[in-house]
Amino acid sequence: MNSLILRTATPLLSGLMLLFSIYVLLRGHNEPGGGFIGGLIGASAFAIYAIAEGLAAARRAIVVPPITIAGTGLLLAALSGVASILFGDAFLTGQWWFPSFAPDMKYASTVVLFDVGVYLVVVGAIAGIAFALEERE
Amino acid sequence: MLAATLAPFVLGVCAPLVRRLLGDSVGWALAVLPAGLTIYFAQFLGPIAAGETLTFSTEWVPAAGIALAFYVDGLSLMFALLISFIGTFIVLYAGAYLKGHADLGRFLMFLLMFMGSMLGLVLSDNVVTLFVFWELTSITSFLLIGFNHDKARSRRAALQALVVTGGGGLALLAGLLLMAQAGGSMNLSTLLADGDVLREHPWYLAMLLLVLAGAFTKSAQVPFHFWLPNAMEAPTPVSAYLHSATMVKAGVYLLARMNPGLGGTEIWQVLLMVFGGATLIAGAILALRNTDLKLMLAQTTVASLGLLVFLIGIGTPLALQAAMAYLFAHSMFKGALFMVAGSVDHGTGTRELHRLSGLGRAMPFTAAAGALAALSMSGLPPFFGFIAKEWVYKGTLGGELPMILTAVAILGNALMFAVAFLVGFKPFFGKPGDTPHTPHEGTLGLWAGALTLAVLGLFFGLFSGFAESLFVGPAAIAVAGTPMLVDLYLWGGFKAPVVASIITVALGALFFWQGRRISDWLARVVDALWGPDKGYDQFMDGVVALARGVTGLLQTGLLRRYMLITFLVLAAAVVLPQLFDSIGVTLQAPPVDLLVWSVALLTLGGGLAVMIIRSRLIAIMSMGVMGLGVAFVFLIFGAPDLAFTQLMVETLSVVILALVIARLPVLGRDQRGPARVLRDGIVAVSIGAAMAALLLTITAAPLDIGLSAYFGERSYTEAFGRNIVNVILVDFRALDTLGEIAVVTIAGVAVLGLLAFRRSDPDASGQELIGQDISGRDPAALDPAVRDEAIRDRETTS
Repeated sequence: MNSLILRTATPLLSGLMLLFSIYVLLRGHNEPGGGFIGGLIGASAFAIYAIAEGLAAARRAIVVPPITIAGTGLLLAALSGVASILFGDAFLTGQWWFPSFAPDMKYASTVVLFDVGVYLVVVGAIAGIAFALEERE
Repeated sequence: MLAATLAPFVLGVCAPLVRRLLGDSVGWALAVLPAGLTIYFAQFLGPIAAGETLTFSTEWVPAAGIALAFYVDGLSLMFALLISFIGTFIVLYAGAYLKGHADLGRFLMFLLMFMGSMLGLVLSDNVVTLFVFWELTSITSFLLIGFNHDKARSRRAALQALVVTGGGGLALLAGLLLMAQAGGSMNLSTLLADGDVLREHPWYLAMLLLVLAGAFTKSAQVPFHFWLPNAMEAPTPVSAYLHSATMVKAGVYLLARMNPGLGGTEIWQVLLMVFGGATLIAGAILALRNTDLKLMLAQTTVASLGLLVFLIGIGTPLALQAAMAYLFAHSMFKGALFMVAGSVDHGTGTRELHRLSGLGRAMPFTAAAGALAALSMSGLPPFFGFIAKEWVYKGTLGGELPMILTAVAILGNALMFAVAFLVGFKPFFGKPGDTPHTPHEGTLGLWAGALTLAVLGLFFGLFSGFAESLFVGPAAIAVAGTPMLVDLYLWGGFKAPVVASIITVALGALFFWQGRRISDWLARVVDALWGPDKGYDQFMDGVVALARGVTGLLQTGLLRRYMLITFLVLAAAVVLPQLFDSIGVTLQAPPVDLLVWSVALLTLGGGLAVMIIRSRLIAIMSMGVMGLGVAFVFLIFGAPDLAFTQLMVETLSVVILALVIARLPVLGRDQRGPARVLRDGIVAVSIGAAMAALLLTITAAPLDIGLSAYFGERSYTEAFGRNIVNVILVDFRALDTLGEIAVVTIAGVAVLGLLAFRRSDPDASGQELIGQDISGRDPAALDPAVRDEAIRDRETTS
């Protein structure tokens, strides 16, 4: 798209959006946010980038095909549930660690992994659809 | 016990690999498992004969009361032993019969899986587990019948068997669940221990009819008998195993199992006797009408199943003993005769009765097996078949039962007598016939099973004490549900049953002597009649025609039409229930608050703009404004999460919609005529009004905060999160979310696929995107209104 303002602002804006999306994802357990909304922000970042810089540049920026990201996310979410089985709980029961050696980290959990999976699915699927729609024959 | 049931499945999966490693001797290797299972089950013979019953249980879905529960009593043990013992020889036989066949490994895989399913079925003590194994036998049977999948006849037969038995299976599921509800337990042994609860329950008739539908379809009772002869398209090992010795007896097993719970009532007796008796006569007549060895045997199997159902229907202790004795005898002689028929086919290249004779010299072992099995089937002493037949007559003659029962039994048995001699004797004696191949004896695997089963028929006849104390006695007691004296013997003096036997033999000899003439005559009569097999085709054609009609009506290919229907149905579905609802809705003026009012105005303004503006791109953006207004509403009323999400969803919707519109040739102005604007307006107003009414009703009702309180309380203490919405999504209800993200992924893949499909199609230009599905079809075949609309569309867009 030939808009000077958009083209100038986009690299900065989409980078910030991507960063913000990860922030939203990670804080989601205690504050407003989470994998779904974070994923939407991330997908918007790529969508805007594609509109401003062209599809080829956007595809280079996302590195792997978007639908692969979605598939990976789905796999990750499912595996986080399988991990619970290995610990002797029912599928998808949350597992938590509060490591004492790294108090700043606060916690690690299969639930967070699951949320990351949701995030990747949303980013991959929405960005994939947006890219495909922008493609011209 | 669980391991014994699952072992065939595990080995089955490995069968193709074993085939590749061992080549054609795979049958000998795989037969070790059923042989081992036979020994395993045989160790229960002692305790069961002493009157014990054994239960084994493993949790499966404890929340739903579903357990992998197994129950061993006389009935299930007899079945389990027949399945594993005959299965041993069938695996051997299959290895020899399909020697060199490219798909032998796959065949053995299906066969072993069937064995596991059948074992699970007869041992199950839980109604759901029983149903699961029941359906597994239908599915494996489908795969085995359709083994020669390049033949259209095989495919049809496989599908037919699946439709008939699978449909019956669904009825059975409903019946079993009704029983579980009525009796208050998922455990069969618990339910059946107190049968009066079931028999006196108001749902009794429904349960009975549903269970009978399952049993009658599976055991090929009239009018569902047609699938069984068609199933003879399967390779002969399948016919011998599934369609005579085991699977088709599942229905009989079910009736026998249910007898203590559902049996004994007048309607049970009448239904079983009428359908069983009709099946006996129909099967026996159809057997004489055919001249293909396998088809003749298949029809006599139908007849025998009818006889078994008939006997269970009579339900007296002697009749139940007769049913179990006949079932035991039948599994041996019919399994053997099927294998003999297969060997004859293998050795000569034909199964046509009139071309086969004088094979005895070339195929001595097969001939011996055929003759011995035929003697047992015809019910001549000293074979076990004789004892079984004597008990059948004791069953029908005892008490004050009408004479017609005995007459039906005599007629059926006499017809089967004739068939037994035609199949088991005629091919092997007399002058050598004219066969495609020079007759030759098969390998050991091809005749060992048949000969063993046939000799056992003689053994149990001579030493009937074994059969009585180990098999028939405990099984009959299990079926009756009460202890009884069982005393099988070969010769009980010159009494009424012996007279009936003599009449049977005389009549049977007459049928045998006139076999060919009767067969030709029957062929002319039967083929002219309408039969359920034709009815099945008509039914299936009807189903397809109905589906085509409904699809043509609903799937017009016009997105607009889909949305119209969806919205109207949704509006009706929301409004109609409210008409019957008594919750009063009172409207109250919103608070005077500048923020609320401005947000409302913004939202309404967006909506108004969508209606007025004719440029589609701007209309889409106006919709975005409405969404933004909704996000504000969420924010004002304290749901930042929702507001946040709404904002992002709205932004992306606008972006994606704009991208879609840009691809479509409809960019530009709204050019609908006044009539269509009016129609769309009515639809829009009705869905909007319906949703508004729904929301008002919901908010008018007192809010149940039980769930919110529950999650609020536990969110931090159990899931370590303060954002309740997110905790619900990723922890409490993570399984739902997993399903949802799977849908998102699939939708993404589908969109990519559709777009790529459009791109790869060089003929399709953007101009015809709207009417895509219609362009390929004959316009005259479409609904006229749709056709006009499609043509208008194309005119307006070009």
